[in-house]
Amino acid sequence: MTKKAFRPDVDAPTWRGGHSPYDIIKEGSIALLVVAVLTVVFSVVFGSPDEHAITIKTWSNAAPVDFATTALNELNGTSTTAQYGAPYNKASTGQQLGPLTLAKWVGVRIGVNTVNDFVIDPLKSQPSQPILMADLAQWKSATGSTRSGWVTNYTTAAAQMKFVNNQIVVNTTNAGPVPVMIEDLTQMARSGALDQALITQAGFYTTNYTLPLLFLSDGTYLANLAEHQHLAGYQYGMMNETGNYPGQAWLWLYSFWYQIPPFNTSPNADVLVWGLMMLASLGLLLAPFIPGIRSIPRKSRVYRLVWREYYRDQKKT
Amino acid sequence: MSTTEIDRQWTTRLRKRVAGKLPPEKLLPDTQPTYVSSWIYVFGVTTMAALIVVIATGCVLAIRGPQWWHTSSVGLFVNSTHLWSVEIFFFAMVVHLWGKYFMAAWRGGRAMTWMTGVVTFLTSIAAAFTGYASQSNFDSQWITTQAKDGINATGAGAYFNVLNLGQMLMWHIVLLPLVAVLLTMIHVLLVRVKGVVPPFEVGAEVRR
Repeated sequence: MTKKAFRPDVDAPTWRGGHSPYDIIKEGSIALLVVAVLTVVFSVVFGSPDEHAITIKTWSNAAPVDFATTALNELNGTSTTAQYGAPYNKASTGQQLGPLTLAKWVGVRIGVNTVNDFVIDPLKSQPSQPILMADLAQWKSATGSTRSGWVTNYTTAAAQMKFVNNQIVVNTTNAGPVPVMIEDLTQMARSGALDQALITQAGFYTTNYTLPLLFLSDGTYLANLAEHQHLAGYQYGMMNETGNYPGQAWLWLYSFWYQIPPFNTSPNADVLVWGLMMLASLGLLLAPFIPGIRSIPRKSRVYRLVWREYYRDQKKT
Repeated sequence: MSTTEIDRQWTTRLRKRVAGKLPPEKLLPDTQPTYVSSWIYVFGVTTMAALIVVIATGCVLAIRGPQWWHTSSVGLFVNSTHLWSVEIFFFAMVVHLWGKYFMAAWRGGRAMTWMTGVVTFLTSIAAAFTGYASQSNFDSQWITTQAKDGINATGAGAYFNVLNLGQMLMWHIVLLPLVAVLLTMIHVLLVRVKGVVPPFEVGAEVRR
């Protein structure tokens, strides 16, 4: 029987040297104590950030035109969510990894109809508003092309949208019920009622904030606040935290790809970066089996820093 | 009951197997090879210690519920301890991981030890992310609305909806910690069964 050749990156020599005393419980206890003390010291000295969540109410009061424009984009189908594709709708193919359309393959699983979910249904929940109800009835009974005409006319005029005397002002004609719908939705948002309407669509108890978060992220208000907090994608946003806190520093490599070409300009950046990180993770997982990768430790000689006493003793003998 | 019958019992067989693989002196050793004498070895046990503090502080947060820390200064302090123990946990784990890489700690039949360590690292990243996603403040609003695009692009967003606070919180406090702790236990047991990897032979770097 032939003896298998020793592979230095796979096999380990049998240890024939000595042993020294080792108190594993003491070591663990000291480590626990040190970590606990460090945790308390850092917490006392630095604390932790807690920027309050913004609401649709705060958004629509701080930036009513941005809110109303976003609401209009939900209605005319040009918002990010309206054009997203899977898992929310079928408006687009979504991101592609080469020929692979992964999201599209999985399909629409969290259906979002921006017209009904963000505009019509919340307005319907408003009690005792005869003019609004009449306009909603007009919207409901109109054909698709009529609705489209109203929305297009309003959208064209909305380039000059203003907020005057607590009202949305858009000089338009032939927009049917759209002006009332946008104005009433804005007033509903400013009162806080839209927050509730979007959250409670699934019933009294809910922990699902998909709708309000999608609506918020379709506007520019949330993104502007995030940019001020150095959280935007081009600012290594995913690994940052509000304030001057370390955040998820371990996501540095993931965030890094978004800063360089082709990822920082590609419409498929997310799926490309995810694909790359999956490959990197797989490489790390299978490092023991990948020739070249598994030889770096031996050839780099960094291990000599770790075992310097052992090699010093070897040199002596 | 005959001895043969007892020997055939699942319980007996499992006990014998465990005792054979991991006798008490291996599970709780009182000596170690002399080459284990570097500060780098401290980071493995520090990671475990930090994990204990992370879980303990998370449990304290859980007592009063997810909104407590937004309204109470005591709650905010407990949240701070949770945050900083997580930072220490990741710092120690990353140093431990790279230390083990440069020791080629998978040698001598220790590949599974390495792999369970890597999967624990990746699971911990997911656990931390779901924690950030379930803060229910401005940070989580922004993180989730941005992260959804990456996860949706892979197709996973259809089932792992980062905008669903309830789902993220349950993953953060139940599923991912369970997996991370289980993997950590397996990882540590493998370290005890296989022992700490010995140094390369002198002159190993020049071998092909």
